Amino acid sequence: MSALIPYIDEPHPVTGVTNAKLGMWLFLASEVMLFGALFSTLIIMRTSATDWPAHGSDVLNVPLATLNTVFLITSSVTIVLSWAALKMKDLKKFKFNMGLTILLSFGFLVIKYIEYTSKFHHGHFPSTSTFYAVYFTLTGLHGLHVIGGIITNLYLIGPGSKMWEKEPERFTGRIECAGLYWHFVDLVWIFLFPALYLL
Amino acid sequence: MEQPKYGFWLPPNISTHGAEIDNLISTLHWFMAVLFIGWGLYLVYCLFKFRERPGHEADVTGNAHFVLPKYIEIGIIIIEACLLIFFSAPIWARVKQDFPKESEALVVKVTAEQFAWTIHYPGRDGKFGQLKNELIDGTNPTGLDRNDPNGVDDIISPNFLNIPVNKKIIVQLSAKDVIHNFFLPVMRVKQDAIPGMTIPLWFEATQTGKFEIACAQLCGVGHTQMRGFFNVMTQEEYDAWYNEEEKSLLGDAATATEPTGENK
Amino acid sequence: MSHDSHNHSHGHDHSHGGHELPFWRKYIFSTDHKVIGLQYGITAVFFLLFGFSLMLLMRWQLAFPKQAIPLIGKLFTEDGVLSPELYNQFGAMHGTIMVFLGVVPLAVGAFGNYLVPLQVGAHDMAFPKLNMMSYWVYFVGGIVMLLSFMTPTGAAASGWTSYPPLSVVNGPGEGFWGGLFTGQSMWLLGMVFLITSSLLGSVNTIVTAIQLRVKGLSFMRWPVLVWAQVTTAFLLLLAFPPLEAAGIMQLMDRVGGTSFFMPSGLVVSGEAWKASGGGNPILWQHLFWFLAHPEVYVLILPAVGIVGEIIAVNTKKPLYGYKTLVYSMLFLGFMSFIVWAHHMFMTGMGVTMSTFFQATTMIISVPSVIILTTYLLTLWGASIRYTVPMLFATAFLPMFAIGGLTGLPLGLTASDIHLHDTYYVIGHFHYVVAPGTLFALMAGVYHWYPKISGRFMSDTLGKIHFWLSVIAINGVFMPMFFMGMAGVSRRLYDQTVYAHGLAAQPLNVIMSVSAWILAIAQLPFLYNMATSWKWGKKAESNNPWGATTLEWAASSPPPHENFTTPVEVYRAPYEYSSNKKLLPQFVQEA
Repeated sequence: MSALIPYIDEPHPVTGVTNAKLGMWLFLASEVMLFGALFSTLIIMRTSATDWPAHGSDVLNVPLATLNTVFLITSSVTIVLSWAALKMKDLKKFKFNMGLTILLSFGFLVIKYIEYTSKFHHGHFPSTSTFYAVYFTLTGLHGLHVIGGIITNLYLIGPGSKMWEKEPERFTGRIECAGLYWHFVDLVWIFLFPALYLL
Repeated sequence: MEQPKYGFWLPPNISTHGAEIDNLISTLHWFMAVLFIGWGLYLVYCLFKFRERPGHEADVTGNAHFVLPKYIEIGIIIIEACLLIFFSAPIWARVKQDFPKESEALVVKVTAEQFAWTIHYPGRDGKFGQLKNELIDGTNPTGLDRNDPNGVDDIISPNFLNIPVNKKIIVQLSAKDVIHNFFLPVMRVKQDAIPGMTIPLWFEATQTGKFEIACAQLCGVGHTQMRGFFNVMTQEEYDAWYNEEEKSLLGDAATATEPTGENK
Repeated sequence: MSHDSHNHSHGHDHSHGGHELPFWRKYIFSTDHKVIGLQYGITAVFFLLFGFSLMLLMRWQLAFPKQAIPLIGKLFTEDGVLSPELYNQFGAMHGTIMVFLGVVPLAVGAFGNYLVPLQVGAHDMAFPKLNMMSYWVYFVGGIVMLLSFMTPTGAAASGWTSYPPLSVVNGPGEGFWGGLFTGQSMWLLGMVFLITSSLLGSVNTIVTAIQLRVKGLSFMRWPVLVWAQVTTAFLLLLAFPPLEAAGIMQLMDRVGGTSFFMPSGLVVSGEAWKASGGGNPILWQHLFWFLAHPEVYVLILPAVGIVGEIIAVNTKKPLYGYKTLVYSMLFLGFMSFIVWAHHMFMTGMGVTMSTFFQATTMIISVPSVIILTTYLLTLWGASIRYTVPMLFATAFLPMFAIGGLTGLPLGLTASDIHLHDTYYVIGHFHYVVAPGTLFALMAGVYHWYPKISGRFMSDTLGKIHFWLSVIAINGVFMPMFFMGMAGVSRRLYDQTVYAHGLAAQPLNVIMSVSAWILAIAQLPFLYNMATSWKWGKKAESNNPWGATTLEWAASSPPPHENFTTPVEVYRAPYEYSSNKKLLPQFVQEA
């Protein structure tokens, strides 16, 4: 019966990946297309805009965004460490690193919240100009992805970690997939940061 | 002027460039017909000849196949490439890109809105007056500024596009609200009118007559009602109409400028 | 939850002890791919009938403009005449429902879900829970679309393409919530659900087909249908997200006051538009058609797969040029991503752009011709058994050919000048989707019915259904080409306003009458489907058609885990034995 759905915890001999990992890569391919469309929008909006700041730094808070970049990059490191800890069969260390990842992502959201509210205070809304429309839509959608990641990671550190006792291989695979997703969220930010704040 | 004959096939063509488009359309349909009838005969033959019946076995090895299809496929590719390179692309370039000189042509502005066409003639000075959105009201659909020296003699003709025959016409097409499509069936002219963009197009009519402007892009609840009139006149008729319009406009000019002054 | 001997399984809690499950787990929130496939199928058929009914009503207005619809007209308006408002809503929703809620869920959700795991010899989909979620997200998307009729301004009315600025200025609603509870906003929300559903479904299909292949089933041994479904899944996976992005932006334009698609200086009904401006309405068209052109192949490829299977079985010989067919499908899928702007030739495109896109459009016709040719050549030297599915599959070939050929004058820019946005376009894509894809799907229903239910559908009723449908459907769509030639624009509420429209009006009467006959022709089909479930002739074996692919190794209907005994694949899908008979993939030659 264990082979009912094969390759849940061991890689397929031909493709070299588990089902979940292949599924995650496909999902990320789809996400690339989603953000690709949004970045194309950014380029088109900017080239045809009459009302676009010469540099994003003129209107956006670069120091805060830099701090956020540091947060996200660090969290990408800690999620890898948490996966490595599982590979070493160290659940405690996994929980520590995963906890750090979640904390850092919360930190990211808090800073995002500060940035948003200061924009609203100054009367800058998505409807103000196409620049703000693009800014809020892209960072907002990215923020939703961060929230999605937090929820997943909270599940994996909490009730989801019970799987470790019975199926450690499969659980490690799940963490790896969560890591892949988290790297992607990080990567999107690495593109968003210069595109919106610096250029 | 005779009434155009419409039916179940292409409407009459009265433009200088339309014959090329019509030729391409009919060539394409002959090509399609030959292919379809060829395939169809083969299909019907197979369906009859190779039906299941006692004593007939399927040839599973496939040794009896002929090689003809390869040549047909290569032929199709070559014909398609020729149609593209020698017909479609050059015609498109001529129609959409090779514009006549503005000095030799009549330039008009056509602005689409829900659900009407506004035709704007530049007047004898050949220059369009400025359009200002804040001047738009029920009597001034495109917001023409009559105080602009270029705009004094401009003629606005709602829903009627009157042109002289055998003269090149350049239309500067735009829209106020949503996307429309400026379609002159008898001229083989079709172009989206997109708000925020001004797209030029040109054509030349070879016959006089009374025709229609149709909207070919869903533009809202009155899409059907967005019918304009397209009159091709002799030069004399056109001049007579134009002088009449000009007289009524400039006679009223003094009163017409005042309300726009108040709006400011 | 699974209380039998699963304790050494991986503890993933989708149960496989089918009969012990309560009703709601077995038939409603089931994780069994076959049940989900049937759920998809039944829901999709409901939506197909609903979308078709909308068109049947519109067809009255088109044939007899401004006359009251007999009997039921009073349900819609006070005088019984279909109003232009309702006409536009019905038109937009007809397109949306048929494409996104009808044909794709039936072709991909139902046939893909039911057959792909069986054909690769899997016990279920790779992610059964995601599969269940995919169906329910689709279901919610459908409900949201239906609810949009209940909003104060009615359903979306800007065509299934929803071009802004029209789609943004149409019935915008007051404030955030008022703006959200409008037809167009609900349409956008519904699309987000449908896109999510197809994302889940396509990931599942690809992973299942690749990872869960049974022993011996190499890629080049996949049946055509699996290839078709996997290619389709890739198209859905990669083409839908840009529309999701565009949908989110249009929603922002409608409820958030942004100007992604709204240029500066808009004046709507005499009032300056309230947003900042600076956007680009053409951007929507690029993002929309970047999805919607691959979507055309999403509609057609599963049909190509189904027809391939049925032709292989009923000609009793191998499919001609299996490898060519597979490569053509992959090439078609790839090319479908770089032809989208041929829908936009009239947006003021320059010579370079238009030449590029008409060239790619001509190139994409080559694999389509090859696919059609391989099927036609398979007929040569065959022994054709005219079962009802085979009738539909054979009818698919010339119908698809007409649909494909009429794409030529539309794909070439010069001829497109006259034909763009006329009835010619409607005729063209309906020939591809209605007598093309839908005939193939009907063929599929007749063909796999014995597998799904263990019983055959009635042959007599099937033949009545087939002949009536094939005649009526040509009566509906053939006149459209003539009407388009005459220059009648699409989406007109009453074409008799125009002189050229009035002249072509008799064609509208022919089309409408044919459409109503086509509706009647579906009654024997529905009756047949419903009654044969219980009273149809029993299928005498697991493989009554003598087919070669793996699903026929399972019993009919297949049990909860599909295969009770281990299966293995020994050869390519369409091969024959030494005694010149087709030999199933799963049978070892003695």
